[in-house]
Amino acid sequence: MFRKFLSVAIPLSMASMQLPERAASAFELKSLKIDLPDGDRMFPAGPGADAINNNCLACHSAGMVLNQPAMTRQAWATEVNKMINNYKAPVAPEDVGTIVDYLTALKGAK
Amino acid sequence: MAMVTRRQVLGAAGVGALALSGPSRAQTMIDLALPGGPGARQITTAFPQKGSMILQRTRPPLLETPFEVFDKSLFTPADQFYVRWHWALIPTDIDIEKFTLTVRGHVNQTLSLSLNDILHGLPIVQLAAVNQCSGNSRGFFQPRVSGGQWANGAMGNALWTGVRLKDVLDRAGVKPGAVQVRFKGLEEPVVADAPHFMKSLDIDHARDGEVMIAYAMNGEQLPLVNGFPLRLVVPGWYATYWVKMLNDIEVLDQPDTNYWTKVAYTIPDTPHASIKPGDTNVKMIPINRMVPRSFVTNMTSGQQVKTGAPTTLRGIAFGGDSGVARVDYSIDNGQTWREAPLGKDEGKYGFRQWQTQLTLPSPGKFGLLTRCTNNNGVAQPDTPNWNPAGFMRNVVESTDIVAT
Repeated sequence: MFRKFLSVAIPLSMASMQLPERAASAFELKSLKIDLPDGDRMFPAGPGADAINNNCLACHSAGMVLNQPAMTRQAWATEVNKMINNYKAPVAPEDVGTIVDYLTALKGAK
Repeated sequence: MAMVTRRQVLGAAGVGALALSGPSRAQTMIDLALPGGPGARQITTAFPQKGSMILQRTRPPLLETPFEVFDKSLFTPADQFYVRWHWALIPTDIDIEKFTLTVRGHVNQTLSLSLNDILHGLPIVQLAAVNQCSGNSRGFFQPRVSGGQWANGAMGNALWTGVRLKDVLDRAGVKPGAVQVRFKGLEEPVVADAPHFMKSLDIDHARDGEVMIAYAMNGEQLPLVNGFPLRLVVPGWYATYWVKMLNDIEVLDQPDTNYWTKVAYTIPDTPHASIKPGDTNVKMIPINRMVPRSFVTNMTSGQQVKTGAPTTLRGIAFGGDSGVARVDYSIDNGQTWREAPLGKDEGKYGFRQWQTQLTLPSPGKFGLLTRCTNNNGVAQPDTPNWNPAGFMRNVVESTDIVAT
């Protein structure tokens, strides 16, 4: 059905009214294969660094967190819980407090 | 998609730690001057098909356009167009012979379109349009809010080439009773039960003839990290709707309740989407149309100019969901305003350049302001908006220049 429609559409030379110049030279795509950088940076050493490295880096690199402004402990807890509840981060329950403590120590609002 | 175990992550992390202890490479840095910091960011050239970009996050990539790029051309080069992904599993190997776009749901016939079908089987349309992240300029919010800490470079203007979404939907035949159309791309969450990134538009919007499926920007195929091979283009609307690597279109006969449409990317239903920090019990609605903005592109704060001599001032503006009606500037912190001549109109959804000559009368500091008013009569506000997600900043921008 769709094929049939296509064969009708092609001879229209692609609505040259809308795009006179570019339509004349048919646009073609080329397959792509690339490698994206990994983001291998770890969180700075400190109490709880293992917990945050183990639980958080599967989904995002550390830079996202390190670029955040200073926030209160409560705001950091909200962030960590958002990752768990909204984005299903598989954070071990016993690590949640450790991660919040780490973030508050690293980037806590005064 | 299998969940990555903690052991696997640890293994990967070990490699990372080794890499860190290797010889350090010289890094070019930039200071985004975000209030309260941190504003230091690396300039990266590590991403394939991309030139120099401000590194906000490596994985999934968040790359910001260095602001000087906007002074060079009306259309933002694809290799310096900003990049924003939600999930880390992004296909990096795309075979154009195998890629298909599915159109399904509340339609007469399900379609599976090849790229050939799309490039050569439908009328071609072309449109200049600004693509701007909902959270562009979030780093300037005060009080600060969490999220991508962008300066003003999470936006770009491109000439998009593709096909009308309407034509694709008509090909499938939308059934009576359709209410929304939902779009999904190839990116996948790392965690299996996390919500796939999907966005929806109302059926009438989807069929307005302006929303398009683009396969080219600025005359070339899209860089992979900008959505190759197909990206939704929703002129005048924030970029969250411009789904990248689009491969699935689902016509819905019920309103979309998926996380990314209903919960994420919502704004207070208030003027300028603004509330007082701490206010709760505010009605939230999905973010939608863009609002006007304007920027000086040839000067930065602190720049010195000669007193009494004509100085060129230029920049860009966009109207958001309508064209630019006018750009005004002030050299006295908004006490008096003058209109700046506009450059060529490449389309109401794109950037518009403006340029003028000004002469600073006496030595000292001048607060230079620019204000865009769009064709709907909406002007940039004098005071910044605030909302907890850091969305829709469009305050009149200020550049402090010094006459010497």
